[in-house]
Amino acid sequence: MQKLVVIGAGMASGRVLETLFEADRDAYEVTLFNAEPRGNYNRIMLSPVLSGEKSYDEIVTHDEDWYGAHDVTCRFGEKVVVIDRQRKIVTGAKGDVPYDKLIIATGSVPFIVPVEGRDLPGVITYRDFDDTHAMIEASGTPGSHAVVIGGGLLGLEAAAGLRLRGMEVTVLHLSGHLMERQLDEAAGYLLRKDLEKRGITVMTRASTQKILGTNRVEGVELADGTTLKADLVVMAVGIRPAAQIARDAGLDVGRAIVVNAQMQTSDPDIYAVGECVEFDGTLFGLVAPLYDQARVLAKSLLGQPDAFAVRELSTKLKVTGCDLFSAGDFAEGEKREEIVLRDPAQGVYRRLVIEDDRLVGAVMYGDTADSNWFFDLIRDGAPVSDMRETLIFGQSFQGGAPLDPMAAVAALPDDAEICGCNGVCKSKITGAVAAGGLTSLDEVRAHTKASASCGSCTGLVEQLMALTLGAAFNPAAVKPMCPCTDLGHGDVRRLIRAKALKSIPEVMQELEWKTSCGCAKCRPALNYYLIADWPGDYVDDKQSRFINERVHANIQKDGTYSVVPRMWGGITSANELRAIADVADKFAIPTVKCTGGQRIDLLGVRKEDLPAVWADLNAAGMVSGAAYAKGLRTVKTCVGTDWCRFGTQDSTGLGVRIEKFMWGCWTPAKVKMAVSGCPRNCAEATCKDVGVICTDAGYEIQFAGAAGLDIKGTEILTQVKTEDEALEMIVALVQLYREQGHYLERMYKWLKRVGMDSIRAAIVEDPARRRGYYEAFVHSQTFSQTDPWSERASGARASHEFRPMADLTLEAAE
Amino acid sequence: MTGWHRIGAITDIPRRGARCVLTPFGRVAVFRTANDGIFATEDRCPHKGGPLSQGIVHDASVTCPLHNMVFSLESGIAAGPDEGRVRVFAVRVDPPTGAIELSLDEPALVLAAE
Repeated sequence: MQKLVVIGAGMASGRVLETLFEADRDAYEVTLFNAEPRGNYNRIMLSPVLSGEKSYDEIVTHDEDWYGAHDVTCRFGEKVVVIDRQRKIVTGAKGDVPYDKLIIATGSVPFIVPVEGRDLPGVITYRDFDDTHAMIEASGTPGSHAVVIGGGLLGLEAAAGLRLRGMEVTVLHLSGHLMERQLDEAAGYLLRKDLEKRGITVMTRASTQKILGTNRVEGVELADGTTLKADLVVMAVGIRPAAQIARDAGLDVGRAIVVNAQMQTSDPDIYAVGECVEFDGTLFGLVAPLYDQARVLAKSLLGQPDAFAVRELSTKLKVTGCDLFSAGDFAEGEKREEIVLRDPAQGVYRRLVIEDDRLVGAVMYGDTADSNWFFDLIRDGAPVSDMRETLIFGQSFQGGAPLDPMAAVAALPDDAEICGCNGVCKSKITGAVAAGGLTSLDEVRAHTKASASCGSCTGLVEQLMALTLGAAFNPAAVKPMCPCTDLGHGDVRRLIRAKALKSIPEVMQELEWKTSCGCAKCRPALNYYLIADWPGDYVDDKQSRFINERVHANIQKDGTYSVVPRMWGGITSANELRAIADVADKFAIPTVKCTGGQRIDLLGVRKEDLPAVWADLNAAGMVSGAAYAKGLRTVKTCVGTDWCRFGTQDSTGLGVRIEKFMWGCWTPAKVKMAVSGCPRNCAEATCKDVGVICTDAGYEIQFAGAAGLDIKGTEILTQVKTEDEALEMIVALVQLYREQGHYLERMYKWLKRVGMDSIRAAIVEDPARRRGYYEAFVHSQTFSQTDPWSERASGARASHEFRPMADLTLEAAE
Repeated sequence: MTGWHRIGAITDIPRRGARCVLTPFGRVAVFRTANDGIFATEDRCPHKGGPLSQGIVHDASVTCPLHNMVFSLESGIAAGPDEGRVRVFAVRVDPPTGAIELSLDEPALVLAAE
């Protein structure tokens, strides 16, 4: 087998390998170097990750498992030192690899503005996952300031994302209007207005003089002397091809690595692809031509003829709510005419540029419904004189074509481009749907790649599927939360974060609820999502809680309640037991029972008596056990090294510590935990939501067990050495569940839905992310660790609702 | 027990909430909706006797806390495929004082008619 070495695991080389393996699994033995310590993800979707509309896991395209399944040797986190073209060897930091063919896919590096202070901590670029993560972290401090240098595509996506995450954002742009390479002045103005409406400050003709700060960034100084406060500076002014390794190897390099139409460099055994190449004097930064190059390169490797050609490109901005589109050349010129449509009330602007009876450029803002049609006109160079009068109104006004979007899609020619990122035309999609029996959007994405990159053509693809499949296509494969909405839990959670919705009425308004104030299914779910996503900001809506959480006790079949005080780790004392006994006597509580979670349940308490029962239990030092809550219930323990001759660690101590740390938190569904001091597992930790098994070597963290409706053993998350590590791991895990879980979805169902890999990647493999989740939980706890019983018993919150508002039986007796 | 009985002020009940009143007919649940509609029903679900005053109030409906049956507060009729009906009582609010008045006559009349 021939040896293929690939330098760089990005979107371009990922697509090369995918295409190569699809055509011939066994043509090459592949070694892949990547400087980033991870596999390939969809870089253009970092913006939705930043804004919170997508998670990192959703944008991974090739992880180590994928490479493993295709027998690719991965050398991630290892930089390539030198290419020896004579001996055909690539030398990495950890050793040599021989090659028969070599692909350089080193991409580009962000351009750093050469000003004083550019090296200060807090000054970052916007390029990879680490940058995105740094921005998310920085936005965690309320009221902090970000300055984004560069008002192009990337800079504006960064600005919008940071703003959505609550930062005060200023965009500095050197030119007179935003995105000057893609937009004309009028569209740039509308965009600016839209961004300002979102609270982003835009400064054009702003030249950065220096970045201020001593130990970390504190501000930015402009050429005109203005200074701006900044806790974070994001440089997004452009990219530079990363061609040094090729230059060192003596390959032809101009502004980037020079390739021919077969993607070959000046050395016929070395290919290059992506942002690091130069073809015909052109550099590449958008994804569509990269994928074209990848296809050509894969074919070249297999000895099949194909040639790369530069295509017309279009641009869309991935900022939710800012609809803009531009394509072609829209500069003014002598032989050019233009057609402009404005609707200031709607914020709509369209400008078409025509030369020699052909559409050569289009800029649209506010309403981009016809963008694909205009783009096709530009690419095909079709004469437009016949429809000149109504051209600007779009396709539906041509030749009486109906306004029905389905009919418009049906009328598209077979070669009409649907997905610009991946160059997928209509017939490829309809063909794949018909031939492969595809019925879901995900399947179509997997088979054709249509709408799998930036996703802006998803609607079109769905319409095509509906057209091909007829009634068999059900776009709403997601189960709605309840009859009040068509959205599923996942969409609702995502949109709450993306649109920064902070109250139940806001959610219902913005997400177009069909009922005026929801129902008993959606209100508790929304209340949980808001409390989990906006700790400190959102005010708990008691009337949207189920009665048990509203009165901090469990309703029983006869309308009385059961009361369970907390017993930390299952430990109690003579004093506590005496107080419980006294309460049982005083209020004539009929049943006192041990629960499965190592505590005591007082059953049959009348609602009117609840505040007085709590006051007595509080007086003995006990707090609510939250046995009623979708939250942390119990942490069951065994006696561990305190007493047990087999105990290996202080399981009781750890259990108490976890419970004291985590009590009061709200979760999607109840969370029960246990800590066993040895593998004999007397605390039955292996059927809990989270369980710890102590061993001589440390702590085995397990989760996602069940012993209710379903019976399921836990799965191992990881093993750690110290109690501190165990606590951090468990807290981060529960926080991830709090952020991702659907309401009433127990941990084992959550695991089944999102998969172990994504959970391990977030909690075990990435210490920074783990720390982030841990800290988010700690922040949220500062608002939730108030004992609801003492709040009621002490009168801090009104308790009159526990009594009837009037007694008419007395009147009757009179 | 005829006529109107003053049982408290509208502000004694939280919006989208309920309180109960003890009467010779058993407990009566008095509801206040999001837009200040006041309704009264018997505080007992016909299914398994759940206290409706403890349920979640949405629009002019309440969901029983025990097994999630939903009742219209206006008619007392169970929603959806469920069958059942709770008694409703007449209530009125005195606008200047915000006092709620309850009449217990209605069920007697309904019973007589049936």
